[in-house]
Amino acid sequence: MSGPLLEVRNLSTHYVSARGTRVTRAVDDVTLTLEAGATLGIVGESGSGKTTLALSLLRVLPPAGRIVSGEISFEGEDLLRKSNAEMRRIRGKRIAMILQDPMASLNPLFTVGDQIAEPIRVHDGASRRSAWSRAQELLKAVRIAAPETRVREYPHQLSGGMRQRIVGAIAISCEPRLLIADEPTTSLDLTIQAQYLNLLRDLQRAHHLALIFITHNLGIVAKMCDQVAVMYGGRLVESGPVARIYNAPAHPYTRALLESIPRLGDSRTRLTAIDGQPPDPAALPGGCAFHPRCPKVMDRCRAEAPPEFSVANAHTSRCWLSG
Amino acid sequence: MKGYILRRLGYSVISLFLLSVTIFLFVRVTGDPAVLLVEPGASKDDLEMIRQQFGLDQPLPVQYGSFITSLLRGDFGQSFYYRTPVLELYLSRLPHSLLLAGAAMVFSLVVGIPTGIIAAVRVNRWWDSVGKIFALLGLSMPSFWVGLLMILFFSVYLGWLPSSGSGTLLHLVMPAIALGWVFAAAHMRLTRSSMLEVLGSEYVKLARLKGLPEALVISKHAFKNALIPVLTLAGINLVIMVNVAVVVETVFAWPGVGRLLYEGIAFRDFPVVQATVLLGGAMIVIVNLLVDILYAVIDPRIRY
Amino acid sequence: MNDSRSATLTLAWRLAAFRTEGFPVIPTAIIVTVALVAIFADALAPYNPELGTLGDRFRPPAWQAGGSEKYLLGTDHLGRDVLSRLIFGARVSMIVGFTAVIVAGFIGTVLGIISGYLGRWVDQVIMRLTDTWLALPALTFAIFLAAIVGPSVNNIIIILAAVYWTRYARVIRGEVLSVKERDFVRLAVVAGCSKWTIMRRHILPNVVNSAIVLGTLQLGVVIITEAALSFLGVGVPPPQPAWGLMLADGKKGLMAGYWWLTVLPGSCIMLMVLSANLLGDWLRVKFDPQLRQL
Repeated sequence: MSGPLLEVRNLSTHYVSARGTRVTRAVDDVTLTLEAGATLGIVGESGSGKTTLALSLLRVLPPAGRIVSGEISFEGEDLLRKSNAEMRRIRGKRIAMILQDPMASLNPLFTVGDQIAEPIRVHDGASRRSAWSRAQELLKAVRIAAPETRVREYPHQLSGGMRQRIVGAIAISCEPRLLIADEPTTSLDLTIQAQYLNLLRDLQRAHHLALIFITHNLGIVAKMCDQVAVMYGGRLVESGPVARIYNAPAHPYTRALLESIPRLGDSRTRLTAIDGQPPDPAALPGGCAFHPRCPKVMDRCRAEAPPEFSVANAHTSRCWLSG
Repeated sequence: MKGYILRRLGYSVISLFLLSVTIFLFVRVTGDPAVLLVEPGASKDDLEMIRQQFGLDQPLPVQYGSFITSLLRGDFGQSFYYRTPVLELYLSRLPHSLLLAGAAMVFSLVVGIPTGIIAAVRVNRWWDSVGKIFALLGLSMPSFWVGLLMILFFSVYLGWLPSSGSGTLLHLVMPAIALGWVFAAAHMRLTRSSMLEVLGSEYVKLARLKGLPEALVISKHAFKNALIPVLTLAGINLVIMVNVAVVVETVFAWPGVGRLLYEGIAFRDFPVVQATVLLGGAMIVIVNLLVDILYAVIDPRIRY
Repeated sequence: MNDSRSATLTLAWRLAAFRTEGFPVIPTAIIVTVALVAIFADALAPYNPELGTLGDRFRPPAWQAGGSEKYLLGTDHLGRDVLSRLIFGARVSMIVGFTAVIVAGFIGTVLGIISGYLGRWVDQVIMRLTDTWLALPALTFAIFLAAIVGPSVNNIIIILAAVYWTRYARVIRGEVLSVKERDFVRLAVVAGCSKWTIMRRHILPNVVNSAIVLGTLQLGVVIITEAALSFLGVGVPPPQPAWGLMLADGKKGLMAGYWWLTVLPGSCIMLMVLSANLLGDWLRVKFDPQLRQL
């Protein structure tokens, strides 16, 4: 199969309030591409729309959410044209997702083995016994010791790190092509985080998985990802190869984010933060959403929202400065 | 878990103690207890005799002492009307009340749980409105009126069902529905809100992300979790049903402990009244304890 | 499910209760009407509710065969006019219901505030007490008390208040526990206000909303309990008219098919309780959608 694994073109997702009065443009005109086996990091503050973007890909939005325009092409197929039944077969089997809180993600009343075996039985039609033994193999693959005993335990009997691995095991159980991880390490201890990230990377290589990593942590992106997409106010403000963007960010927001990370050997005595607060998605500023906080703001930014400009090969930026 | 059980047990003992004290105090402290404890139509001498017998001139703690010792011995007094020990009378009637309460509970769950689930799954749509109306009606119509209306309709107009007494399944239908009606509404409400909460949980979200069919998500993942609070409530409600069945049993002349209470009031048979209330309250405390323990058994989070 | 059907039902629901949109007009109108009827009963009722003409027993309502315009809604087993009894019965239900709810609310709120704010042993004592009383179902407890003190309107009010204050105390105490932590209360403490002043001026106004909502919701329950007590014979004593008592009398004519003696009083009870519940629900959402525990 040639061509990229996933192509998103001009995707817009809105949340409409119950009486149709408030429209929140959670995802606004987002375009990105992902090759098979590659890793894309989606970075942004809370409210930037990154989770909504992920939910849109799998079409598991809450009732108030609506995909209003755009295309999502996965393995050459348009996901937005698919019926609910077809999407259901894709979820878990071809595209999998990991959520942030591993404790809440696992059903407290069922054993770990049951929950891992479940998608295998539903998607591959496996028998109970073969699914169960596959579950044990998966536990081994995510480096959980004594899988034969663990498989019979309940979620509350395991530590946070183990639970997140189990969620990972569930995700890869049906050999998906794409794994979306929404802040998977945020609720883990720092010491466990590194182990978990290594595990993800190894699984990715072993199964030729494409990975979309949603996070607000630039350090993780630097470690794990080939490409990065920066979101602000529902829009993709900069995207491109990690090395390029980290060395020479084109968008003032990206630059500010990178500068706010303290570094050893830094001669500055004060931490720099970005002035102001992230915008309320329901009440975005006009023009470029970042203009109230931008150190390089021009009159044009207040009036018109900039389109995507191509800065270099595969590197785009939504800023009038790059135009 | 053992510690949990022991603690709950201790708590129940305290509750039972406080219950007995409350009942005791109310009788001794309001008005003249001798009048209550003596048969209707007694003379002044009889009143004096009763005062002696129950030691009503002695200090309260002493009175309570003898009160609680007789209770623990199983002596709940003698019925004026039936001339038998009250405990015996109560226990002979209890199975009928349990049967009625059981049938009413089945009715309330069979109607309440599915309605609640559908209302939650189809939240804010047609079926949810129906459910809300049903719940509201259930809570606004007194159970005995529902019973009376049913008698009017099914016994008098249609002649399908017997209007009173017990003995056959047909006799059970109307009282069970009348009694279970209010609880059906309550169970429906709780099932709905519990289900809504569960449907919004992370593990249900993940189940959908796994690509499981919606039917499986609801029946396997959501259902069992949502049911826990409902069954807890149902367990407690069963005993409450036995207690509040007094009006329904009176309407249908059902020979249970509720009707016994009514007879106690109607015939001014105070030992019966006191004992029924005491035993009813004690049953509630005990069932609460059992439900809590059962909860610990079912929910693996508490077990380990 | 086609949209027109669901739209109609939702519209009907909205009209009946004006849910969260606006004020629940119909339920409030019903309550106000019943209150007015209760106040002006003497002027409205065509007959004396307690005296009956034995020759006119068991007359059906005017629109049925055998009925007459003399007795619009028929008569009962003693020849008493049902309409008059319903009107005067409204008075009894309203008096008993409102008074019991207000008294219970007052006691429960005060004790709830004291218990929640002062804490420690006061809290423990009050809470153990409410726990015990809550363990007994209200109806059983009320019957028990009525058996001890005997039936009369005053006694019923006292009994109902005594049984139902515990619910208020529980809820208000919970509210107080959270209000206690708010900054303006802490400021008052720092400023040296006495405990009683704080409870009166700062805590009370903030929990009054919950008390009102709970009161409205309790009204329905209290009315039903009073009806049950009267039905069993330990509530309002005859010959005074009370809807519950009318149902008890109505049972006598039930097997003969004298439906109006059962359907009419029961419908009054149901309308009152339904209206109180709808009003209470609307108040609850209006004041604070978070008050789910009510």
